[in-house]
Amino acid sequence: MDEMTGENININEQLKEASTNALRCMQCGVCSSSCPSGRHTSLNIRKLVKIAGRSSDILKSDELWMCTTCYNCQERCPRGIDIVDTILKIRSISAYHNIILPEHRAVCQMLLKYGHAVPINDDYKIKRTEMGLEELPETVHKYTDSLNEVKELLTSCGFERFTEDNTDENKTMENTA
Amino acid sequence: MSNLSLFLGCVAPNRYPGIEAATKKTFSKLGIELDDLEGASCCPAPGVFRSFDKTTWLTLASRNIALSEEMDDDLLTICNGCYSTLKEAETELKKDSGLKKEVNEKLFETGHEFRGQHDVRHVIEYLYQNIGVDGIREIVSNQLDLRVAVHYGCHLVQPLKEAGSGLVTNDITFFDELVEATGAKSIDYEDKMMCCGAGGGARAAVQDATLRITEKKLQNMIEEQVDCIVNACPFCHLQFDSGQQDINKNSGTNYEIPVLHYTQLLGLAMGFSPEELGINLNSTNTAVFIQRIKEGFVTA
Ligand code: SF4
Ligand code: SF4
Repeated sequence: MDEMTGENININEQLKEASTNALRCMQCGVCSSSCPSGRHTSLNIRKLVKIAGRSSDILKSDELWMCTTCYNCQERCPRGIDIVDTILKIRSISAYHNIILPEHRAVCQMLLKYGHAVPINDDYKIKRTEMGLEELPETVHKYTDSLNEVKELLTSCGFERFTEDNTDENKTMENTA
Repeated sequence: MSNLSLFLGCVAPNRYPGIEAATKKTFSKLGIELDDLEGASCCPAPGVFRSFDKTTWLTLASRNIALSEEMDDDLLTICNGCYSTLKEAETELKKDSGLKKEVNEKLFETGHEFRGQHDVRHVIEYLYQNIGVDGIREIVSNQLDLRVAVHYGCHLVQPLKEAGSGLVTNDITFFDELVEATGAKSIDYEDKMMCCGAGGGARAAVQDATLRITEKKLQNMIEEQVDCIVNACPFCHLQFDSGQQDINKNSGTNYEIPVLHYTQLLGLAMGFSPEELGINLNSTNTAVFIQRIKEGFVTA
């Protein structure tokens, strides 16, 4: 399960390993034509599959994050390529090299701080009580010991690496934007 | 049959508490008391967290399942995203004892263990298989006279398919059947199985683009003159509900389709008021819908 910890292995090797399946792609375009995101964004999944494993440029491409993981393409690919799983692996390589969108970093910070990606706020505390629910749900929001457990687990997984901003990252983001 | 504990996730309790209330009320009416899953966390969300780091994703997911196992319960989720995470984690850990051992080494430190002796259930799949369409029909006291656009959502269908459930065939109807058991009519519309646009971390990354996917779905629904959207996922719910406000703001449009989670629709059919189910808490104005419900969209 530690497939992505080899930071020291070079990026190209990691990308190649993540994309072995994609090598069987025959560029038929069935994936693109079934992609809801591609109809409305610049995502061209056929192209992404083509460059996956071949060029580290893919890590800088915004398109990598436009996939909604709906699985339409993977369902229909005549070559049975695990397109979505490949995308997830490449995203992980990207995150490990600190190429992280600020919006996603913020979501990671929420998880580390609150144990929820979407935490409660005062407005919704009121709405909950108006509904006859308790102000806080029966989650880590209500139980500090549980929240501490979650934090301990996150730390043991090295999750802080995704939440800490650093200057390199800002530079990277400029290049990616 | 195991008891059930209710896994809340993030969006339902913290943004759409009506979905949490509706789930508790409808299950209670069905004679099922849902145990609280004290101290549960984010599932964690399949989009960003599974993308970033599979170890973290699997570890937190297995903790949530372990909490439920400690109560000797199956885990019930009301969200497609949570279902995708928790079902996939469950399947992987049940299959791969090495992986299970690795995860458990971390969990032991916090006093938990993933045993893999219980199941992760999605509310729609649970109602369909354990209560059944006839069971729902019997418990319903108000026939809803509504034209409904059913939105399944990708991460309801995909995990069910992977789990080899017989529910996913060429002609998928289980959710429509549950909707029609309330008296409502499930209306066909173009690209019905298409994504809401929000998944995979895309909503956070490229929100405007994801709203174009959402808007396409909204247009297709309006074409068929539906009264409301019914979903099985608070995240799709958010994308459709607060998404309509965003689209209206950005493009001066006037979308105003009420968005309901299935438990809220079922609640109406069981005779709970729209307010008890939090339908009035949507960002999209639901006043007209609520008025019509009260005036006879419902036939007792
Ligand atoms: S559908 Fe499969 S084989 Fe065809 S272009 Fe896409 S990834 Fe390649
Ligand atoms: S999984 Fe991603 S790339 Fe594939 S069809 Fe859906 S949005 Fe497009």
